[in-house]
Parts: sequence; C-alpha cells; structure tokens
Amino acid sequence: MLSELEVGSTGIIESVNLPPGVHNHLMYMGFLPNARVQVLHRAPAGDPTVYAIDGLEIALRRETAQAIQVRSTRSTQPAARLPRTRRSLSKDAE
Amino acid sequence: MSECCTPAPYKPPAPVDNSQALRTIALIGPPNSGKSTLFNRLTGLRQKVANYPGVTVEQRMGAMAGIGRNDLTLIDLPGIYSLDPFSEDARVSVEVLEGRMPNTPKPDAILLVLDSLHLTRQLMLAAPVLALGLPTMVLLNMSDLMEMRGGEIDPLRLAQELGAPVARISAAKGTGLESIQLFLNRHRGEDANLAVTTVLPVVGNAVSAHKWAAQVSARTGYRAPLSQAASRRLDAVLLHRFWGPLFFLVVVFSVFEVVFSIGQPLSDGLGDVLARAGAYVTGFLPDGWLRSLVLDGAWKGVSSVLVFLPQILLLFLFIGILEDSGYLARAALIADRVMRSIGLNGKAFIPLLSAYACAVPAIMATRTIENKRDRLATILVAPFMTCSARLPVYMLFIAAFIPPIAFVHGLVGLQTLVMLGLYLLGFLAALATARLLKSSILKSSQTPFILELPQYRMPTLRSLGLRLWDRGGVFLRQAGSIILAVTLTLWVLANFPRHNGAAPELTQSIIGRLGHWMEPAIAPLGFNWKIGIGLISSVLAREVMVGTMGTLYGSDPQTQSLSLQTALRHDLPLGGAVALMVFFAFAMQCTSTMAVVRRETNSWRWPVLQFAYMLVLAYGAAFAVNWAVHLLWM
Repeated sequence: MLSELEVGSTGIIESVNLPPGVHNHLMYMGFLPNARVQVLHRAPAGDPTVYAIDGLEIALRRETAQAIQVRSTRSTQPAARLPRTRRSLSKDAE
Repeated sequence: MSECCTPAPYKPPAPVDNSQALRTIALIGPPNSGKSTLFNRLTGLRQKVANYPGVTVEQRMGAMAGIGRNDLTLIDLPGIYSLDPFSEDARVSVEVLEGRMPNTPKPDAILLVLDSLHLTRQLMLAAPVLALGLPTMVLLNMSDLMEMRGGEIDPLRLAQELGAPVARISAAKGTGLESIQLFLNRHRGEDANLAVTTVLPVVGNAVSAHKWAAQVSARTGYRAPLSQAASRRLDAVLLHRFWGPLFFLVVVFSVFEVVFSIGQPLSDGLGDVLARAGAYVTGFLPDGWLRSLVLDGAWKGVSSVLVFLPQILLLFLFIGILEDSGYLARAALIADRVMRSIGLNGKAFIPLLSAYACAVPAIMATRTIENKRDRLATILVAPFMTCSARLPVYMLFIAAFIPPIAFVHGLVGLQTLVMLGLYLLGFLAALATARLLKSSILKSSQTPFILELPQYRMPTLRSLGLRLWDRGGVFLRQAGSIILAVTLTLWVLANFPRHNGAAPELTQSIIGRLGHWMEPAIAPLGFNWKIGIGLISSVLAREVMVGTMGTLYGSDPQTQSLSLQTALRHDLPLGGAVALMVFFAFAMQCTSTMAVVRRETNSWRWPVLQFAYMLVLAYGAAFAVNWAVHLLWM
C-alpha cells in the first residue's frame, strides 16, 4: 500500500481502488498504473503525506493512500537530501 | 463596434459556419496554470490571483482592453483537469464551454493555458478541449521558469501534433502576448485546419488521455525541468514536525505585531491629517447646522473609518504574500489534522483562511469542496473568521481600553495579545460550530483530501500592488457610500426634532429616544445606548460601527471636543468594552455575507439560521464577559 512506503522511498502504482469520482480525479493527477510515486514529506501531525508523482506534489490522507496498491522499487531516484531516507527493506506490498 | 482593421471577410464563408469575427474567447486550463494572471494581463482587470489551486470559482468576464481589443470578451474559467465534472467549479467550466451557462455567451475561440513546468500531465486536458472543435490556441505559460530550470520544448512540433497554434508566454512577466494578438486578428475560421492530422485519444478516459499526452510530449521533445529541489528543501523545514507548526505560529503572530506596531502610528498620523483637513474645509462654512452636518456628521463619521486604511492594507499585503508564495497550501496541510477532528478536511481550511480577509470571497471559494455537506458547513462557519471589517472595531476599542504594556523586552505587546485572542476566539467558534454541524445536521462520510502543492514562487510586486489597490478601493468605496449614508442618516436622527430651531439634547433626539428605548436589552452586556445604535447600524457592515461612534460622540456636546478614544473611555466601562469586542467576534454583522450565503445555498433558510445562531452566541458571550470583568475588577 502507498501509505506504507516510508518517506524518501519510491513505489510503482499497481492499482487504485476508490469510488469512481475520486478515482478519476486521482488518475488525472497522475495516479495511473505503472506511474512512479515518491514519498516526500509527512505533515507535522504525521498525516497527510506529500507524494511526488508526474512532476507534481500531491497530498493525500492515509486512508486514501491505503487504497492505492504499489510495489516498492529498489532503484529509487536520488532522494538523499531528504530527511530520514531510510527505506523499508522488504515491504513488498501485494 | 467601429472596428477599422477588421473588415468583413470578402471570401465566401468557410464550410464551418463560425466564420464571423470572434466575439467571445474562453480561457481554459488546469488549476494553478496561471489563467487568472493572464486574464489580468489581457483585460487590464484585477482579478484575484493566488498561488494555490482553485482561486477562480466562477467565470469572470472582461473586455480584452489590456491588448487593445475592447471588442472581444474574455471569460476566465475555474481550473479543470478534465471535462468530466468532479467538483462544482469544474461543472461551471463545462457549462460555459457548451454554452449552457445563463447570461454567458458561448465562446467562439479558446485560449488553452498550460503550465510548462508540468506539461505532460497538463496536456491531458488538451485532448478534450481540442475535441470541442472550437478554434484553439495553446499557451505554454511559465515558459521562462521552465527554461531557467533546464526544461525544453519545441512549440512548432507541438503545434503540428495538436493541429493548433502554440505559443510560449509568461503571464507573470507579460511576454509572448503578441502571439495571442496575431491569433485573434488572423482567426476567421478558415485557417483552423492546417495540413495536420491530429489523432485525439478517447475522450473521458484518464488512462488513454495520459498515454496520448505522454506520447505527444515525447514526440515534441519536451523535457521537464529539473526537480523542484529548492521547493522541496523548503518544505523539509516548513512541513517539519516541529519547525513547521512553529513557523506557522510565528508568521501569524508577526502579521499582527506588524499591523499594530507599524499600522497604528500610520493610522494615527492619517487621523491627524483627516481631522485637520476637516477643520480647514469647514472653516469656510458658516457656523450652523450645515457646518455641523458636514463636520460632525459626515466628516467625523467617515474619517473615523478611513483611518484604518493602513492596517487594512498591511493585512492584505501579508495575506497576499502568503497566498502568492504558495505557503497557503502548506498551511492547509498542517491544519488538516485539526480540520479532520471537526469532521472537515484541509481543503476547507483554505476558504477559512481567506475569510480572514473577507467572508464573501471565502464563501465563494468553498466551491472547491466536493462534498455538499462539508461545503455547507464551511459556508456556515466562515463568518466567524475574523475578517478585515472587524479590524477597525477591534483597533478602536483596543487602543482605547487596553493599556500598551509590553513584555519580553518589548517584543510582545498586551494589545497584540488581546488582538490575537480575538482572532483565536473567532477561529475556535468556527471549529466548534463546524464540529457541532458535522456531528448533527450535516453528518456525512469523510471525503478524500486531495491537495496539490504548488511550487513556491516569489510574489511579484505587480500582483501584490494590484491586490492592495483593489482592496483599498473596496474599502474607500464602502466608506464613501454605505458609511457616508449611515453617518448622514445618524446625524439627521441625532439633530431632530429641532428644539426652538436648534439641535435638541442628544438624549431628546430621535436617535436618543430610540437608543434609550432599546437600552434595557443591551444593558446586561455593559453597553450604553450609543453602542446599541452602533450594533443596529453595523448590521450593514461591521466597520459602520466605528463610523457610528464617530458621528454619535461627535454630535454630543459633552464629548465633541474629545478624541473618539477618550470619549469612549469616558462613557463606557471596561466590561462593556471587552464585551463589545467579543460580541463582534461572534455576531454576523454583514449584509453582503448574508446575501452571498443566500446565493450559494439557494435559500434564505441558511443565512437566517446563521444570523440567529451567531447573534445568540454573541449576546451570550458578551453577557458572560461583562459579568466576568465585573467580578474580577469591581
């Protein structure tokens, strides 16, 4: 799940399971299958989270990100300047 | 329409029958692509522009005077991602484009504005727009920024791919606009179909639209600018767990500190100038009722409101910087957690923040909230946010009643703290009311929160200047119309019935009798009858309160020679003064807001309910505060 990726890590979107209106909106913002998404920041309260996708920065709440299935990638884009860029080791979301 | 340079085409009309001269042009583009900035450029108008998605929530029209084409009407539409409507403002765009919007002509041509920084994704909108079949020009906005950051695009190739003219522009700097001129001058409908075959994707399907957009941008050699490293580094601090909220609080606090420490002296100076000017001008009038009308009635009333112009402008300057820089979206993100606890989401926070300036545009901005119940709840609580019309009232009573004590080596003033407290009070009332509404009559399931964070931008002086000019104009017009009318009416009511040809004692005048008649109702709040009159007249607009005080104390021989602040101190106990500020924090004293709520909710039920609720709350809180001050100090 997208919500499980840690800050600094990158994933590839597999599917989005949300009601049609929201789903459509997210797709036009770039949340499409095979799109690469990077976790940028979490809001001070820990939620929502800012994701970089398709050159944009989009904030989503946890429950929305939970409905987006991703597979994590090892070959991440350089994200070394971000704080806490520890990547989860073997969190392969199904 | 004496247009010398556009003679009727002598060629037989092209097969398509839209070959007449263009009349109406629509500006379309995704949110935050710079449509409103371009609209301002092309029309010379001052549309509100900010760096967050969803600023324009209804279509606006203007003649294209900015490029000397007064014969053309330009329509600015809310930003859309696609033509499948998802939220209210997207629906507005679709209706205008299809000519189904009442009182809005169907556009004959389209200017499609795309943000060059994110061209691939923005091109997804090009497909359904081109499929409308109207003459369309594609404008690659912020192309200067894109190049500066290492991006690349070949406009000619793109024009071939799209079958539409393409130009690189910068709406913020005003470059590239001559290509729009060319497009509008040349376009007669016959050169629309160049020898290009454009293959559009299936309309209404995000996957195919994205695929198409990606292919087009690859074929035209688009290279996205390098990542927004600076913006992200800034966010690493501004969204930091600890520094983020701290920065937010510091920003809010310093806004008020500056409004006080710089605004107050400016305001005092302006007051001096106005008082002298009034005395000088009325020196030419004979002593008598006319002089009293001009000086005590009109001039004192209006100038008591005018003196707050510096503070209002400072407040709008700060709000403008926050909006234009892109920080506002981050504030919404930080606030999402709080908003969620009351059943709303961070998107509702943006209208609420702009309600600090004025509730009217804020209520219109709620159209970006997709969920109807969330939107209604936001509309109902927005007037609790401390709008700029409350500022004159607060400033007057704080300056008169709160001593200028400073703490922490003069960094923190008691007056600033009281002001912040009042702002906080309004905010808390909004939160509590929203919570109440969302857990009762407006209960709904949580809607997803999807917020696009724009890149940080340096606010341009032009944009800030236009904004101040605009808001200053609104404030001055208000002072010259409503407030002038109210103060003149009050003067008449305070000077009649005539007593042996002279003005009556104030208590014997019509207004005095009216005031004394209603005094029992407001006495428990610590208010005197003059305040009571102010409460009634300020239902029109909050700052009328200050003008009313100016006229009433100016008409009273006992207080005529004193400054308004001193007069108030003589006439009103501390409990009443604090209670009055609290009353204004809660009460809905604004007919413009009620009108806009009526329009947006399509019924009188909500504004009436809102007015009654806020009045009851204001009365109760003022009563409690007056009582508490009495207990503590007496």
